[in-house]
Amino acid sequence: MTLLDRATSSVSDRLSATGTANALELRQVSKMFGALVALADIDMIVKPGERRAVLGSNGAGKTTLFNCITGDFAPTTGSIRFFGEEVAAFPAQERIRRGLRRTYQISLLFAGLSVLDNVYLACCGVSRGRFSFIRPGRDDALMASAESLVQVVHLDDVRETKVEDLSYGQQRQLEIAMALSGAPRFILFDEPAAGLSPTERRELIDILTGLPSHMGFIIIEHDMDVALRVAESVTMMHNGRIFKEGKPAEIEDDEEVQALYLGGEEGLGHG
Amino acid sequence: MAITESNTLPRTNSGQRKVWFERIPASYWVVGIALLIMPAFASDFALYQVFGWTFILGMISLSLMFLGGYGGMVSLVQMSIAGLAGYMVAIFGDSAITDISMGWPWYIAIPLALIVAMLFGTIVGSLAVRTEGIYTIMITLAVAAAFFYFTRQNYIIFNGFSGFNGVLPPELFGVDWRQSKPFYYLTLFWAAVAYFSVLYVSRAPFGLALQGVRDNPRRMAALGYSVNAHRIAAYAFAALIAGTGGILLTWQSAQISPGTAGIGPAIDILVIAVIGGMRRPAGPFIGAFIYVLLKTFAIDVLLSVGLSGERFQLLIGLGFLAIVFFSPDGLLGLWDRWQEFRKRDPLLDRGEGPL
Repeated sequence: MTLLDRATSSVSDRLSATGTANALELRQVSKMFGALVALADIDMIVKPGERRAVLGSNGAGKTTLFNCITGDFAPTTGSIRFFGEEVAAFPAQERIRRGLRRTYQISLLFAGLSVLDNVYLACCGVSRGRFSFIRPGRDDALMASAESLVQVVHLDDVRETKVEDLSYGQQRQLEIAMALSGAPRFILFDEPAAGLSPTERRELIDILTGLPSHMGFIIIEHDMDVALRVAESVTMMHNGRIFKEGKPAEIEDDEEVQALYLGGEEGLGHG
Repeated sequence: MAITESNTLPRTNSGQRKVWFERIPASYWVVGIALLIMPAFASDFALYQVFGWTFILGMISLSLMFLGGYGGMVSLVQMSIAGLAGYMVAIFGDSAITDISMGWPWYIAIPLALIVAMLFGTIVGSLAVRTEGIYTIMITLAVAAAFFYFTRQNYIIFNGFSGFNGVLPPELFGVDWRQSKPFYYLTLFWAAVAYFSVLYVSRAPFGLALQGVRDNPRRMAALGYSVNAHRIAAYAFAALIAGTGGILLTWQSAQISPGTAGIGPAIDILVIAVIGGMRRPAGPFIGAFIYVLLKTFAIDVLLSVGLSGERFQLLIGLGFLAIVFFSPDGLLGLWDRWQEFRKRDPLLDRGEGPL
């Protein structure tokens, strides 16, 4: 747990520096699909720079929670504050422009575009250049930041390759590069390790732990190894509700959690 | 539809640079030179009626291709936008209907006409972007129909059924632009401007994002794009192209009337884009060329085989059916498939053949 301890201590250092507004503050957030309650009265506070894992079986409401936070769906009720600002009524793009990012569980990439162009589009989305009718030149700042992001996720060898020709793991890495574009303040990773090979998982952990320390994130992950190595706090969800919150060690040792998720036959999909 | 047009963004590490003229593909040289020297051997009729009209219809259809091919929005209002620009030139500028025409100089009338056309396109766009697919087609068709009936019934501004005649291009540089050769070059120039603008914009951030919006609007919103604002801006840009085509169209026949922008012509613009191919800006011009050839010469062919000359629409319809049946991507799609077919390895019978 040395890695985790180090991360935790650096968060507390930063918290004193960045003031008191929480990165994310959810109050009584619910989402109903007709009669189906996908999320029920979710209260959650994530501090700036905090790295949190959200665990739970399939159908626990993890991705729905992400969709409500990013504005892909409007929550049925509740308040969502992003760095102190109420964003529940904002459309998705307004939240993104305030520094929120996400990746998708199923890759939503632009298949006919090259790796670099995908990242470039992501960089343009949060800049004033998104309506530009002028093609990027050789010294274009957005293109330069796209190129450096491609390097961060180790895709520089395939930067000109069309996304449809990439391996699955590379597509997941590209998703991360797109989420990192344009100075994010907080990122939601939706199962970034799903379907990755052991080597690719190690690379993913390196990328996530290597993120600048002010960049907090929430990660949905079935793979406990990945989740517990990159996160300093854990939220367990079950049937649309928050079931447990705590440090990774506490969650691992919790008997109820073990019964529901980590241990017995009911435990679902460890990666 | 995948993004196909946009894989050639300039790169900072593209290796050794070529001189600008080396980067122009050979096909552009061939077509460009052929078009430039065309007046040396083509008849006045061919220059004015066939090529002039091809370039004009190609431009209006190009505006539809831009929205449909890059934006995934099939708009049937492009001909009405072109018609409105034509009307505005007649109203702000000179025509034989002196009671209505204001007689303002061309450098005021033409920009005003284009601004009005863009405004119209933006308004229709902001209505249409709230819908998808067939509903976009229906709403734009409804606007086109409304425009047709409004211009036919309104006598105060649009002079009703008869519209405006005597709408002539300005005699700039001492040239009579309605002579066949000058008109040919005038339309060729603006068609080229429109073509290269669309090609350029398709690879600029705006065009890339538009193609992203077409392929995955939800993801684009999650990247910070205002999907609807992007679509509306595309309508405005397309209206500028359609408006330019509309002004040239009005000058070509020296008149504009409700029939110019009726429902039939609105659908013809779609037919032209589909015949040529909606995936590349060259498609609408190829489609327009075939449409104009059929419309101009089908009557002679039909008469020579003893059929009524009015059946030329039948020929267009049959050609349209055949193309849509064999190649949903239009003639350019057929060409692409032929190229893929030639690349196939005859022994292995493998290759990047058509799906």
